[in-house]
Amino acid sequence: MYKETKYLTSGEKALVIEFGDEIAEKTNGKVRAMMIAIEKKDIIGIVEMTPTYRSLMVHYNPLEIDYKSLLSKLKTVEGELDHIDIPLPKVIEIPTLYGSDYGADIENVANHNGLSIEDVIKIHTSKEYLIYMLGFTPGFPYLGGMDERIATPRLQTPRTKISGGSVGIAGSQTGVYPIDSPGGWQLIGKTPLKLYDAHTDTPILLQAGNYIKFVPISEEEYIKIEEAIKNNSYKYKTYAKESEAI
Amino acid sequence: MGTIKIINPGFLTTVQDQGRYGYQQFGVPVSGVMDNFSHRIANILVRNYELEAVLEVTMLGPQIEIQSNEIISITGGDLSPRINGQEISMWRSIKVNEGDILSFAGMKNGCRSYIAFSGGIDVPIIMGSKSTYMKGKIGGYEGRNLKAGDLLNIEQSEKLFKERMVPNKYIPKYTNEFHVCVILGPQDEYFTDKGIQTFLSNQYTVTNECDRMGFRLDGEEIEHVEGADIISDGIGFGAIQIPGHGKPIIMMADRQTTGGYTKIANVISSDLYKIAQAKPGDKIGFEKISVEEAQTILKKEEEKIDVIKKECCCREIISSKNYSLRINGKSYDVKVEEIK
Repeated sequence: MYKETKYLTSGEKALVIEFGDEIAEKTNGKVRAMMIAIEKKDIIGIVEMTPTYRSLMVHYNPLEIDYKSLLSKLKTVEGELDHIDIPLPKVIEIPTLYGSDYGADIENVANHNGLSIEDVIKIHTSKEYLIYMLGFTPGFPYLGGMDERIATPRLQTPRTKISGGSVGIAGSQTGVYPIDSPGGWQLIGKTPLKLYDAHTDTPILLQAGNYIKFVPISEEEYIKIEEAIKNNSYKYKTYAKESEAI
Repeated sequence: MGTIKIINPGFLTTVQDQGRYGYQQFGVPVSGVMDNFSHRIANILVRNYELEAVLEVTMLGPQIEIQSNEIISITGGDLSPRINGQEISMWRSIKVNEGDILSFAGMKNGCRSYIAFSGGIDVPIIMGSKSTYMKGKIGGYEGRNLKAGDLLNIEQSEKLFKERMVPNKYIPKYTNEFHVCVILGPQDEYFTDKGIQTFLSNQYTVTNECDRMGFRLDGEEIEHVEGADIISDGIGFGAIQIPGHGKPIIMMADRQTTGGYTKIANVISSDLYKIAQAKPGDKIGFEKISVEEAQTILKKEEEKIDVIKKECCCREIISSKNYSLRINGKSYDVKVEEIK
């Protein structure tokens, strides 16, 4: 993290608050805290914010607030950050059916790392992964912190279509595809949850700064959850992430 | 409620409004019109809410059957609009009738036209916007560009037709060689002084790779200090990315929300329409200004739109006469209008 936060201009309608130049949970935690703190202040003229790995882009309307006034307000918020109550991040459980047709490349991952399929599942489900940011396609989470023991290079020939909900590994990254898209990730499983549905009140399930925990399920449970989602009766399982000093 | 039918969609015709704001944190691009000025004026001319959805028409215009009496306006690039084969004027309100065919005869100036319909286009609002985001298959008409046979509903239009026109002095002229103002940053520190100089003192040519997502330019290579890659961060409308090859890419309406290339500068919003109307081969120069200057320009631009709003309404036409003239053996139909 920088000793002094950088405030960078990005045209006359946005500025970027940059906290560091590394991918680290602590830096990303600061991005999240700053975004929540700014939201609490209800500053007139702020249109929206884009949190990323190590910075926060603030989009604003210069007809309502000029650059200098906004800059000074944001710096004040930053100064007060330690005294603002920031709620703990949430962990959302992602029920995932591993292997077989749902995760056709799980054997590749196991063989590449000299593990059994059970080991791969165990390692993959043992951690809470930080959602550093969403991007690339609507609702795509950039996750951090995967165990190197299951790291596997991408497929040599990418698939032309990976169905939405697929869980995969690319190098030392893991992720979930929100929508059908082409890609070269090693697919290890699939979740019945919908990470992205444009036609609902909450079109995107995940939020930057929160965490994901993959939970192994059986095919029977998969079908049950899929039904429940269709009927709008599925209850998402979330809990507060245990506190870590930021 | 009226309808229009797409007979031929042209090169690329989509429904767009001001864009989809509030969802960038979830990775949803803003989309929306490329040329904001033309969009707003088109709506003002037909007395719509200024940010109402319009049709954005690209290069080769569509052929549209008007299936009910409507009031429309066409602004932006001049793609030679015609009603039933007869040339019509742009930047004014036009009355069209059931059965009329709106078509475009070819690109004259600029490359994106905007068609506003009094009452607005009735498509669902997805995440707060009617804009089409084609890659994400959302918004507009079924989340895609228009195709032959599509029927679009038009909301109830103004009952009384009033001719409104934009005074000539406010109508932009799109040139093949122009400059835009930029604000340096957010990654200007990733470039050598020489790199910044190269960027500000050379013209760059629009390549064939220019679409709603971005414009790739060709020209002198811009020198980085070290590398061109950064840890991905947010991208604004008009951000100028410089990847490793040293040539600029201007990010436009359908840009992705985040990216990992250094951004040397950002085109100011008031100049983005010039890029939106640029074609392959056009030459662009960049002039550096400060954020404060850019915000002053933006305020003046708003005042100008207010003036246009007033002036196009008091420029109502009192009387008009048609004459037939013969000059050098050619005959011309001339319309003379008296303006209040």
